[in-house]
Amino acid sequence: MSLSAARPLNPWRWLGFPLVQCLGWTLVFGIPLRVFTLQLPEPVFCMVPAFAWAVIRPSILAPFGVLLMGLTLDILWGSPIGLWALSLLTAYGVVLLCRNWMVGQSRPMMWAWFAAACGVASLAGFLFTRMDASASPSLIAVFWQFLATILLYPFANRLIERFEDADVRFR
Amino acid sequence: MAFRESPFGELKVPLAWTAAVALIVAVVVAVALLISDRRETFQSEAYGVTRQVGDAVVTPVSGALAAPGRWTGLGMENLRDYLFAVSENRRLKAELKEARQWRDAAISLRDTNERYKALLGLKTEPPIPMVAARTVTDSRGPFANTRLANVGQADNIQPGNPVMSENGLVGRVIGVTRGASRILLLTDIASRTPVMIDRTNARAILTGDGGPNPKLDYLRGRDPVKQGDRVLTSGDGGVLPRGLPVGVAVKGLDGRWRVILASDAAPIDFVRILLFQDFSQLTKAQAAELDKMPVPPPSAAPEGVGVTPAPAPVVPLPAVAGPPRVSATRAPPPAKVNLPKRPVSPARSPPQAPPVVVATPAPAPPPEVPF
Repeated sequence: MSLSAARPLNPWRWLGFPLVQCLGWTLVFGIPLRVFTLQLPEPVFCMVPAFAWAVIRPSILAPFGVLLMGLTLDILWGSPIGLWALSLLTAYGVVLLCRNWMVGQSRPMMWAWFAAACGVASLAGFLFTRMDASASPSLIAVFWQFLATILLYPFANRLIERFEDADVRFR
Repeated sequence: MAFRESPFGELKVPLAWTAAVALIVAVVVAVALLISDRRETFQSEAYGVTRQVGDAVVTPVSGALAAPGRWTGLGMENLRDYLFAVSENRRLKAELKEARQWRDAAISLRDTNERYKALLGLKTEPPIPMVAARTVTDSRGPFANTRLANVGQADNIQPGNPVMSENGLVGRVIGVTRGASRILLLTDIASRTPVMIDRTNARAILTGDGGPNPKLDYLRGRDPVKQGDRVLTSGDGGVLPRGLPVGVAVKGLDGRWRVILASDAAPIDFVRILLFQDFSQLTKAQAAELDKMPVPPPSAAPEGVGVTPAPAPVVPLPAVAGPPRVSATRAPPPAKVNLPKRPVSPARSPPQAPPVVVATPAPAPPPEVPF
């Protein structure tokens, strides 16, 4: 493979900008707002880049981006510092391992993979919380957050389609 | 020099491996941070500088983001008031009629209560000062249920302070920075609150699990709780004051007793943070109240009243033979008049009435110790 065919991605475009966007949306959804006496859902927006970055290509910067997102989530949400960082990194690592099976599949199938990645992150969060607090979180609450998060796949799909072919070495 | 010409120009590191190493490093950092985290303790230093800086930055940003929603809500409320004024008026009239009956009953009960208090000499807890605040962020996930309030160290908020809405207990403060406080809600997985069932006085621990209805753990006694029983804070452990409304007991789908929180009846926009630390604070407040009461000077104490008799000196026998020790020259400490046990601070006590010291006669010489 010759290096002349490679077109390195601009880290800001595929890592920095999605990261800032996701944290911005997390902040917006953290507002204590009730619509017709119902609270807003709390999806994990950071699952979108964590999934998409692993699918697009392996990267040295991406794990640290996931770590940064997780730590920011922990500070914003007041959870134990490192909980979401570790949960997101677990999901990122699993997707990176299974990347060769995922690439090139249809959109519904990729959605299913995204749901599986969200499930891994939720399960990791459940287990780490159980170890940290010595108590089990409510499975219903975990399920609601999982459901709200998997609805975000169209954003992950957009990010993947935009940068999937940007570096021909990882097609 | 071009990169190709440098000694490291031909060095190729497989990207997949370096990405894996980067992932492992990131995981190790995350694990170390998670293990070292102690967010739910009462120690202010455990909250950490990172969190304090984060809260201080997020609070004004989130407050600004929440403003349009708040204004829209107020506008909708005004519109609803205007449109439903007639039906609201009828409802309020009916409520007022009922409330007047309750008022008469309350006046009668208050009178009876005050008489009982006077008869028993009961000292109720003094009122606790509080600070009003607005919540600007809200995390509702399964692993963290916290809120940020827009008051902090400048308003004397401290970790451990209980937080209430207009309907009931919301949680307690776990972290404070200059202009913000982090509130751990009762529903958080790390929240443990000592509560009691109002009807039976049975004790339990309210345990959050990330869901909307926390569990009642460690319930004791036979049938201690029924559907619809009121749940209040018990004050056990001295972390929270006794009697704050928490909610209503219900049987959950999993067969466990849970609580529908009273604070969920309305949006938790504004909260009251009680400046309560522990029960020593209440004792100090009671002492301060007692200090304000005039203390009569104990100047005319009749002679002999309250004077403890001087103890007879005891001479220990020497363990080994030797010259006898002479202790007769040493007088015992003088006895004091027993004053009433009222906590009087030195600053407020009258200067003309120092504690009366009665001189006792020198004791008789001890009997000779036979050798």
